[in-house]
Amino acid sequence: MPITDTDRLRANVLALTEQYGCNRSALIPILQEVKKAECGIDSEAMQLIADVLDIHPVEVHSVASFYAFLQPELQGRYIIRLCRTLSCDLQGKDAVATALQEELGIGFNETTPDGVFTLEWAACMGMCDQGPAMLVNDTVYTRLTPAKVAEVIKECRTSLNAEVRA
Amino acid sequence: MTCQRIDTQGNQLTFASIPPNVGLKAALAMSRADIIDTVRDSKLKGRGGAGFPTGLKWNFAAAEKGEPKYIICNADEGEPGTFKDRVILTDYPDLVLEGMTIGARAIGAAYGLIYLRGEYAYLRSHLNHVIQARRDAGLLGQNIGGVDGFNFDVIVAMGAGAYICGEETALIESLEGFRGEPRNRPPFPVVNGLMGRPSVVNNVETLAWATCIFAKGADWFAAIGTDASTGQKLFSVSGDCAKPGVYEFPWGITVAELLAQVDGADAKAVQIGGASGRCVPRSEFSRQLAFEDIPTGGSIMVIGPQRDMLAVARNFLEFFVHESCGQCTPCRLGNAKLLEGVDLLAQGACSDEYLEDLKSLGQTMQVASKCGLGQTSPVAFLSILEYFGDEALGRTPTVQTSEASR
Repeated sequence: MPITDTDRLRANVLALTEQYGCNRSALIPILQEVKKAECGIDSEAMQLIADVLDIHPVEVHSVASFYAFLQPELQGRYIIRLCRTLSCDLQGKDAVATALQEELGIGFNETTPDGVFTLEWAACMGMCDQGPAMLVNDTVYTRLTPAKVAEVIKECRTSLNAEVRA
Repeated sequence: MTCQRIDTQGNQLTFASIPPNVGLKAALAMSRADIIDTVRDSKLKGRGGAGFPTGLKWNFAAAEKGEPKYIICNADEGEPGTFKDRVILTDYPDLVLEGMTIGARAIGAAYGLIYLRGEYAYLRSHLNHVIQARRDAGLLGQNIGGVDGFNFDVIVAMGAGAYICGEETALIESLEGFRGEPRNRPPFPVVNGLMGRPSVVNNVETLAWATCIFAKGADWFAAIGTDASTGQKLFSVSGDCAKPGVYEFPWGITVAELLAQVDGADAKAVQIGGASGRCVPRSEFSRQLAFEDIPTGGSIMVIGPQRDMLAVARNFLEFFVHESCGQCTPCRLGNAKLLEGVDLLAQGACSDEYLEDLKSLGQTMQVASKCGLGQTSPVAFLSILEYFGDEALGRTPTVQTSEASR
């Protein structure tokens, strides 16, 4: 019998319960891992997680939609979060925001058509002494300039191509 | 990915001079009651911003009967302009874990959790490595430090991008797998915390200072600072100054003295305590940073003479509209109305009568909101209107909204 996406996802969720336990406290860690692997948390994934943890799928949706980093919507492989809070704002986040939009050809809260990049605003990420700052997935970039933005995007594209080839 | 390292400038921190595990050894040689007495004698108050006496908190939890008890390190450093905990977790994680272990001994906790904000995910592997090294050295796990029956271990739990989870009951909800919505207090977490069990939630910096107090003595700590605010404090300094970074000063330093140290003396205002803090104008730069004057978790955002104060207020309100958990009405709707109001002011389209309504709304939010977020979110707006009314009001009508950097 062929392995379907559902089978694969169920196996992944079961493996995660081995790691994080099979109780309510495991919900957020499991959602974090699913979001990372699948770039989104669709209704099927929510149902699977709900079944495994024995809670209602609405509970899963309620939690996922609450947290900025667990948005259920399908997002890009690279989620770019530019800080817009005061210190980064004072240090020139507007120019960086413009450069990001030009480089990616999308606006904020949008994903590139190839599914590679999502651009978002972030609240203060604790890099206030070296702003403007942004996160690309879990990696932080500080003292950004429009030129540096172009380099970072290029870096992401290069490492994605290397992944595809491998 | 290997652990990313972000270096931050500043002055010399006391933490750098504390030898490893001296504090823990001193504490383990004491009775539980003496550990709590030592923290009480030091008059250490919580460094996250609220300033609750740490010894009292530990004492409440120690007196509770429920088992198991938990020590939770609040590493959800989300207040705008704050980054000292990032520096502590990067450079002095052992001091924090030592503090958690001392706290566990004092209250009889079996488990510890570090709730690390999602934005600091790159510190996770670093912390796990330090925790494992401490297990290997017999400083976490079974019979810690050779003390028979003292078993305590720590794990790192990740936040997921929610400012509200820095509020201790929201943090606990999140650890339990729920939306980060604050609980009613009382009961306080020391009575009914994680999984309904007695839990102490301490800030990263508080735990590190607790370790220093055992390494150097309660008298040493209590002799620094002011009577009501003992010890040193880490300040996260950013904005319009030449030398941003993390600085350690004794409590009681004035705003002007701090600005001189960071080359920000020409500031027209300083936002103290982050978005939820207050905006302090030049005329009040002689005031002290201390629990009895201007209390703060350490966020210092320097605002230069060229900045538009209305844009500053707008930036903070935009933050709160996004970060309100939405549970209670004063906060969910109040912040949105204040943000609209700032836009009207910027467009020169806000009547005096409506401005009075906005001020009154802000005051209502301070008393009617369920948790600290909604209770403090109008403060920056109200203090900017109070001190910078001339600048904020009477704008020429326009349709453009402005931002601070324009």
